[in-house]
Amino acid sequence: MPLAIESRLIPFALPGTDGATHRTEDFGRTRVFGVIFHCNHCPYAQAWEDRLITTQRDYADRDVRFVLINANDAAKYPTDDFEHMRSRAKEKGYPFPYLHDESQETARAYGATRTPEVFLFDRAGVLRYHGAPDDNYEDPTAVQHHYLRDAIDAMLVGRTPATAQTKPVGCTIKWR
Amino acid sequence: MRIEFFYWEECPSHDEALTRLRAVLREEGLNAAVDVIRVDTEEEAATQQFLGSPTIRIDGMDIQPPGENQIGLSCRVYLTDDGRVTPLPTEEMIRRAVRAAQPS
Repeated sequence: MPLAIESRLIPFALPGTDGATHRTEDFGRTRVFGVIFHCNHCPYAQAWEDRLITTQRDYADRDVRFVLINANDAAKYPTDDFEHMRSRAKEKGYPFPYLHDESQETARAYGATRTPEVFLFDRAGVLRYHGAPDDNYEDPTAVQHHYLRDAIDAMLVGRTPATAQTKPVGCTIKWR
Repeated sequence: MRIEFFYWEECPSHDEALTRLRAVLREEGLNAAVDVIRVDTEEEAATQQFLGSPTIRIDGMDIQPPGENQIGLSCRVYLTDDGRVTPLPTEEMIRRAVRAAQPS
């Protein structure tokens, strides 16, 4: 089961492709903190990737920060290993840390099942949105409901997102 | 015309892809049956040369070259004409492949 809405942020400390270990406490009192399970190989993750990058850039100056976490078993999906993660982050110019959850403990703790899968926390570390980035993985110009952006906009003015939960759509996380 | 539709249950888009394939066949006036083949194991993926879900073959020819896709249980990456990645073949991709397979 995924983390329920209004649950507290679950701490983690994971290595990033930038060479640093990133801890939840590093994000301290960020107004909006997105923990997004992601990976290299999945076409759903790839299809939404540019939108996540753009969203992070658009909101960076409003104290909105994302981290992307790849928990896939790289033995089964070699393009999800740390080296490929590093290459991907560099090639795409990720404006957020890309973290490796090799033990898969963080993904299990969050109850994540898909890539991508968004968990959005407020300044107090309370989960306010969980699910897909928007309602159209196929065509960014045909999106009708911008779940992630709408949730961020609501949280930035101190409101609860009108849509707090949607079904995550994507590849399954590849467990060991 | 022999049309095969391979899918892996863990990828969520296969129903939509099959609907799209059937719609294109209807639009093209073809009454061809679609052989729907579920792939569940790595062994089956290897045997079927399965490049990810969904995979569509017309007379044994894949509707899009393999690109970065590799044989195995995964969701398939398709590239649109404008270079975007999508988990689903577009109607246009399917239509082109169907027309290419028809005798001129």
